[in-house]
Amino acid sequence: MTDSIGYAREDAGQPPSLVAAYGSTVARSPRQKLVRIPQTLTETTGPAAWEALMGPAMADLTKQHAGEPSGQRIIVAGRVLDEDHRPVPNTVIEIWQANAAGRYIHRKDQWDAPLDPNFTGAGRVVSDAQGRYRYTTVRPGAYPWKNHHNAWRPGHIHLSLLGPAFATRLVTQMYFPDDPLILIDPIAAAVPEPYRRRLVSRFDLGVTQPNWALGYVFDIVLRGRDATPTGV
Amino acid sequence: MASDNQSPELFGQTPWQTVGPFFHYGLPWKGGADLTGASDLGARPDLMPPEHYLLREAGARGTIAGQQIEIVGQVFDADGAPVPDAMIEIWQANAAGRYNSPNDARDELALDADFQGFGRSSTDDEGAFRFRTILPGRAPGPGNTLQAPHIAVGVFGRGLIKRLVTRIYFEGDNANDEDPILALVPQERRATLMARKAATAPLSYRFDIHLQGEHETVFFDC
Repeated sequence: MTDSIGYAREDAGQPPSLVAAYGSTVARSPRQKLVRIPQTLTETTGPAAWEALMGPAMADLTKQHAGEPSGQRIIVAGRVLDEDHRPVPNTVIEIWQANAAGRYIHRKDQWDAPLDPNFTGAGRVVSDAQGRYRYTTVRPGAYPWKNHHNAWRPGHIHLSLLGPAFATRLVTQMYFPDDPLILIDPIAAAVPEPYRRRLVSRFDLGVTQPNWALGYVFDIVLRGRDATPTGV
Repeated sequence: MASDNQSPELFGQTPWQTVGPFFHYGLPWKGGADLTGASDLGARPDLMPPEHYLLREAGARGTIAGQQIEIVGQVFDADGAPVPDAMIEIWQANAAGRYNSPNDARDELALDADFQGFGRSSTDDEGAFRFRTILPGRAPGPGNTLQAPHIAVGVFGRGLIKRLVTRIYFEGDNANDEDPILALVPQERRATLMARKAATAPLSYRFDIHLQGEHETVFFDC
């Protein structure tokens, strides 16, 4: 009856919840085994009216204040797909990031790098009928954190997607191809190789706009349809 | 050779990464935790300068059918310490048991145009979250079963590499005894999924989340 749609489970590239090298997972990850349940209508449905829910799209993070933010202007473009290469249309992608100096406007970010009054670092875009999305921002800087001695996060952009169902939810981080910090970052390293490289964008001259902005391509792949019925 | 997000041999699910500690200006929008009407509930404008509070446009809401409720709780870590930088998402059916989603094609059940059924709340400095919503109706389960009223929950935060999924059920509801998902949970752990009535006016429930430890909440693989 209502068991028609189901979604694939996690694949081998998903990180575990407990990653000792990322210290704050130790006291915040469950120790009991997850209880495996069939997907019901609760898991195979999800909100679609994202604009009524959250508010309008904001695709240009460099135009949210009186002046231009400092830093390297970039365009990030790509597609939202499922595991069967099908486009995921009309899905919202929420974005947040540090500024070009690696500083977040968040009050609890206290490291000594300049804030930029012209940059918040929050955006929201929606995929089109072909699953394509695009936004303009500045390249985020690296920043130190207290996880271990001389720890630095590689520059990254946080991305949050709903997809078509509760089961397809994804929050991830996009990295840049020329960043040596990826190799020594415990959060990126929570993802086993070679799947970690799914988090690394590619520089693209086609997306790059002459005399304006560098272009990076990053496709986002959500869980696909499950071939098997979701019932008992 | 370049081996990155665009490499065909690496194509597959994009891996999860943590929301980190600084998501408050990017994810929890104004009123995101109030599924019944516009308010500031769910956001943390105290964590950013006002000119950077961009997610302050709450969606318009109308009258929602059903029993209005509040759900309040705290998120705790292994040591029983509150988690002040977590975020909770909920997803639920309306009072008729219908999900506001293209994937729920049961047109014979009423939809509330103003009830999306999805909400988001940051935790505060005491690890507390608070939702205003309505009691969900019953939705079908596998086969010919009917699920008890419940709300799907996602837990995010610093130190959570990927979302943890749990469910809120309502203590004392007779339908819990025949719920096909609760039946898969060991009896002695089911209490971690029960919201307990905390007040009657307004009708309010308590639902704490223990990420680890003696009272660890049941989390699902779904």
